[in-house]
Amino acid sequence: MKKEQMNIVIVGHVDHGKSTVIGRLLADTNALPKGKLEQVKEYCKINSKPFEYAFLLDALKDEQSQGITIDSARCFFKSKKRDYIIIDAPGHIEFLKNMISGAARAEAALLVIDANEGIQENSKRHGYMLSMLGIRQIAVVVNKMDLVNYDEKVFGRIKEDYEKFLKQIDIEPKAFIPVSAREGDNITKSSPNFKWFKGHNVLSTLDSFRKVKSLEEKNFRMPIQDVYKFTGQGDDRRIVAGRIESGSISVGDGVVFLPSNKCSMIKSIEQFNVKKKEKVSAGFCPGFTLQEQIYVGRGEVMCKVDEKQPYVSSKFMANIFWMGKIPMLTGKEYKLKLATVSVPIKLQKVIKVMDASNLSTSGKQKIERHDVAECIIRCNDEIAFDLAADIEATGRFVIVDKYDIAGGGIITEYIESDEHGTIKKDLRGEVCPLTLDHSKPLIEKIRSGQALEIIIDHLPALENIGKFCLDHHLKFDFERKGKDVKITIKA
Amino acid sequence: MDRLEELENQSVYIIREAYKNFKNLVTLWSIGKDSTVLLWLTRKAFFGHVPFPLVHIDTHYKIPEMIRYRDELALKYGLNIIYGENAEALKRKTTFPDGKVNRIECCRLLKTEALKRTLSGEWPRYKFDHKKKKYVVDKNKEPYTGVIVGVRSDEEGSRSKERYFSPRDKKNEWDVTDQPPELWNQFKTDFAPGTHLRIHPLLDWTELDIWEYIEREKIPVTKLYFDQGKGKRYRSLGCYPCTKAVDSTAKNVKEIIEELKTGKFSDIAERSGRDQDKEDGGGLETLRRDGYM
Repeated sequence: MKKEQMNIVIVGHVDHGKSTVIGRLLADTNALPKGKLEQVKEYCKINSKPFEYAFLLDALKDEQSQGITIDSARCFFKSKKRDYIIIDAPGHIEFLKNMISGAARAEAALLVIDANEGIQENSKRHGYMLSMLGIRQIAVVVNKMDLVNYDEKVFGRIKEDYEKFLKQIDIEPKAFIPVSAREGDNITKSSPNFKWFKGHNVLSTLDSFRKVKSLEEKNFRMPIQDVYKFTGQGDDRRIVAGRIESGSISVGDGVVFLPSNKCSMIKSIEQFNVKKKEKVSAGFCPGFTLQEQIYVGRGEVMCKVDEKQPYVSSKFMANIFWMGKIPMLTGKEYKLKLATVSVPIKLQKVIKVMDASNLSTSGKQKIERHDVAECIIRCNDEIAFDLAADIEATGRFVIVDKYDIAGGGIITEYIESDEHGTIKKDLRGEVCPLTLDHSKPLIEKIRSGQALEIIIDHLPALENIGKFCLDHHLKFDFERKGKDVKITIKA
Repeated sequence: MDRLEELENQSVYIIREAYKNFKNLVTLWSIGKDSTVLLWLTRKAFFGHVPFPLVHIDTHYKIPEMIRYRDELALKYGLNIIYGENAEALKRKTTFPDGKVNRIECCRLLKTEALKRTLSGEWPRYKFDHKKKKYVVDKNKEPYTGVIVGVRSDEEGSRSKERYFSPRDKKNEWDVTDQPPELWNQFKTDFAPGTHLRIHPLLDWTELDIWEYIEREKIPVTKLYFDQGKGKRYRSLGCYPCTKAVDSTAKNVKEIIEELKTGKFSDIAERSGRDQDKEDGGGLETLRRDGYM
């Protein structure tokens, strides 16, 4: 039986000793390869600088020469309980995007505060970013206690003040731990310098973190990555592939693809070099063949017909953090990437902008670098999404400005599309477009007053559509548009 | 899900994203265990198929068994395999084994330079012709814009800082101090003309994970990794003048795993037998900034 794995990020203000905490953790648990410590010490000697544990992680030459972490490093480390990947995130504001890149991979976090310097701007900003990134398990490490003579009062003050801040942003830390990473106090073993402290050390606190609850019990979501058919290699399977972000699914289950509303049924689960399965669940990246061949593609979300489905709209409310050097402006076009969908968007309205380092707000209509904002986003097309609080993977997104990912955000509220009522579907190129028989959700939407507008270019398909409407007592109307036919279906 | 399943599925996701976003995509295949696992994960991603070419940079100092194994696998899986080389450096003998340049410079010429010029299509590419069963000059000279590489974070410092999708500028250089944000499995897939991307699906894997996965999936690897009765085997494969075999009696994958877990290699770095690392201050940053894998 393989041990479980957990990704931990270590964050906090610049120079508060994050890399030193990890360096010490690695050294004291024998996670370093033989010779590594000696090699780094030797390197320091040659370049005549004092050895620091941080050099074990700050591997880049610019990092060592400036004594600063520029980019997140992954380190591997084991306890008796589990395997860890520890991500060392930079603390300088200049590298916030690297801190976010590191922290976004984590399930839990250590937030380091320098006892001597106290709570700083990024102690708060990083705390806030953790909450936006959805990381709920946090322990606060008060470092450099040796510089304040291991004074219990200093620790107590920082604890009280920072707890107050975390409460405002709805985070309840699992622990506050006083340490001296340089001296190795309270990192992997308790220290006589902390007679007054009864809690766990850093290592045992990490072990007390729990794996994030399984996503299997949630509603099924699989954003389509791609549809494959490797006919050239003599393979006739048409495979819909993606990662199951939540829930589980079995052969024979009815599925609906959103936002197109097309329906089919799972015929088989496809995986390479694995015994055929009847059921597969969250975390896996399988492929599926479908009972009825329908035309679906990347950007749609495969859901189960009989479960609660995601929202489909072109508008939503979101909390955004901005990393771009150029501010995010209303009216300008950006690209949004959510799961596998990618769509042009505009920032419609900024509700409020917040400075995450002190929680002060303003009403300005642009979002500047390192700002956090509550706003309304409007997409060019309808997309399928969830609220981040319900299903994270389909409730969060990044924003691309020209070529770069410049912002990220989580969806907090659904707003109905403006073109209320009309569901549009372009079904040109399909011979038998209406496999709508299973499409219960679609029919319900039409019955509740929304119109369905279809464009086809294969005329015999009209017969199918007509039959579908008659079977379900729906009205329909069609008009010729060049080579195409536009059909409107109403209740 | 156990750790190997988590790693496998994350890698599969990344490989598919690369395939979707790059028309001219290749995998760099060094023939070693990591890139062989990468090849396997590609087959996982595409249900048995490998829908893009594998590129190998032949330094002509590779252990001959590696080349034999490369062509054997190409035949077995019907792989589209392409190799490139620095013909001029080899002809003029500006190499470390010929005593003309140091190790770092030799790596730069035979690997980095050959890789850049092969990817760009400036230098000839040789493609395995499955009918003729030999390599022929590839007529396609279109540059490859996406390159999947099997580097791991635990190998050395600069690799621990990599992104899954890592841009290289027109000159193939890596701006390590200004890497793009990468979060929630959203990767950098938009870029200015001329840039290309390195894609790293194995960043989160350790050496031990690689071997445990090879064991679980029964992936064929070259026999150079195993002791053939002389008490020696390779732990990491490269050019023979700069790669030392290690003392070990591990004869199969199980024994290698044991050795890594509890035995003599449990606390010795994998690349300790690679001499070029030592000349770069313990890392490969200088080489890698310039386009080394």
